[in-house]
Amino acid sequence: MTVPAVSTTAASGTASSGAGGLLEIRHVAKSFGKNVVLRDVSLTVAEGEFLTILGESGSGKTTLLRIIAGFENPTSGELWMGGERLDSLPPYKRRVNTVFQNYALFPHLTVEQNVAYGLRVAHRPEAEISARVEEALARVRMTSHAKAKPSKISGGQQQRVALARALVNQPRLLLLDEPLSALDANLRRQMQVELKSLQREVGIAFVFVTHDQEEAMVMSDRIALLRMGELEQVATPREIYSRPATAYVAQFIGHTTLLRGEVRQGQARCQSLTWRSALPNGGALFSVRPENIRLAGSSGPNPGAVHFRGRIRHRAFHGATELLQVESTDGLMFSLRAINVPDGAGEVDCEFDPADAIPVQDSDERV
Amino acid sequence: MFSRGYRLAVTVPPLAWVVLFLFVPYLLMFCYSFWSVSSSQTIVHSWTFDNYRQLVTVDVYWQTLLRSMWIAARVMLFSLLLGYPLAYFLSFHAGRCKDLYYQLVIIPLWVSYLVRAYAWKTILGSDGVLNTLLQYVHLTSHPLEFLLYSPFAVVLTLTHIYTPFTILPIYASLEHIPRNLVEASHDLGASPFETFWRVILPLSIPGVIAGATFAFVLSLGDFLAPLLLGGPSGVMISNIVVSLFGAAYNWPLGAAISLCMLVLVVTLLFLSERIEKRWSFS
Repeated sequence: MTVPAVSTTAASGTASSGAGGLLEIRHVAKSFGKNVVLRDVSLTVAEGEFLTILGESGSGKTTLLRIIAGFENPTSGELWMGGERLDSLPPYKRRVNTVFQNYALFPHLTVEQNVAYGLRVAHRPEAEISARVEEALARVRMTSHAKAKPSKISGGQQQRVALARALVNQPRLLLLDEPLSALDANLRRQMQVELKSLQREVGIAFVFVTHDQEEAMVMSDRIALLRMGELEQVATPREIYSRPATAYVAQFIGHTTLLRGEVRQGQARCQSLTWRSALPNGGALFSVRPENIRLAGSSGPNPGAVHFRGRIRHRAFHGATELLQVESTDGLMFSLRAINVPDGAGEVDCEFDPADAIPVQDSDERV
Repeated sequence: MFSRGYRLAVTVPPLAWVVLFLFVPYLLMFCYSFWSVSSSQTIVHSWTFDNYRQLVTVDVYWQTLLRSMWIAARVMLFSLLLGYPLAYFLSFHAGRCKDLYYQLVIIPLWVSYLVRAYAWKTILGSDGVLNTLLQYVHLTSHPLEFLLYSPFAVVLTLTHIYTPFTILPIYASLEHIPRNLVEASHDLGASPFETFWRVILPLSIPGVIAGATFAFVLSLGDFLAPLLLGGPSGVMISNIVVSLFGAAYNWPLGAAISLCMLVLVVTLLFLSERIEKRWSFS
């Protein structure tokens, strides 16, 4: 072990969210037969926060969401909400609402009736129902489609109706299961912004499930990264990007170069590269983000930076910047982001600051 | 795209079949219904509405038609009352045994109709299984006579025979309900009972209508169950048609009654399709 264990990282992430714990997930595990989907997940969702559960397919993120909603029972562990044990309640008694992946709008009811559903079954007075439904539809700009059946409106509109149907009940917590995955790229980006500002407006805590790390970065207050049923890291997008806890996190979120090396007496060494490191002696793994690796300019090498020379193997144009794959003379492959790379450039001089080589835990140790 | 020969080969046989075995007989029946029988038992090929007039004015005909509809309506009702819960259980709660239960519903359909009708005769007769049992446990001292040779026996038998026909379409429509709609309903605070009333039942209406139509139409035209188990009070309209075409040798009247039944049934099928469409949302 060269860096703190993942569980402590997760715990410190939880603690930093403050005292406003709305939902507490305590040591939740879930297996379907022999298939272990979640193992010991602990997580706190704060009042009013936008928390994203990020993970690849099969990471258990949807199962975790379904456990919070009450559609699945955890094999072990507890859920608490506002001092009340949640996991013993059936879904219809939880003050939690869900926006389903394919919206799950009732096809036999109009948009309006769909939105009114929760209030109707709660036996609210008709006058209140129509007022609140109207307000909810106005909020998602669907007033003009109030009388339409779900099959007559577009996917983006269905999405907004599903949102209104959930929010009209004023839940304490809103769960969203990859709600944007069915939308095309442009609409998706637009909805990300809308969803985020809507969440700010209503002040309800959102737990948002996605496999899209970019989406998670754009929208979340905090990201809980799930991998094979375990939390890798829970942190703010900025923190998770600049201080990834594990090699997996570093690779899953954005691009990175992983350097496997050895630390001896405060000196890290990877092939011919060396730099100062505060880590104890032993093997270590470092992550360097592409934007932290520079092409050494005409002003000459920067004192204190780690230098290497390499050959450009691949370049991908991203508009403002270019992502280069540079193979160093040691045979290491670096990803770096650069601007104004001359056409036909072959060999380049590169450098990065030792502080930007972030020690990460080797993810494979845990498998 | 396809050769001329291929197109002929796939269209002509079914077309010929329909013309020969459906269109021509119906046309014949239509013609017969406007003809009459002379006193010397020969068919008179001149057009008359007499047969239709008889159907309306002679009590036994319209009364039997009404009774048949009443029996069919009861069979429909009981099949739904029995079939819906069964289909619901099968679709939502049978779990791993689903396929097994499904087969158990299907199996009786492989057994001859006649065998099943006879089985009820054995059960309901005055020396039958049921009466013997009732007397054995001293619930009655004499055999109950109304069990057999009564409309009751007909309704019971037809319900037994046609309930699988109502279960299957209801089951199919329940299976088509996306399960996340049920979850969404629970999520929005509806109890399982409310979810049933507000989501599951409305979305299974097409299956209910199809099942009800099966039970009603099949029962309406049935003639074996009333023949075997109905007795004089359980005679249905098809028995009358049979006797008109047989012993009574009055094909024109038989054809007229058949044609009325046909119109009735086609109207029902048309209506049920309209309702099914109205309640389908895919």
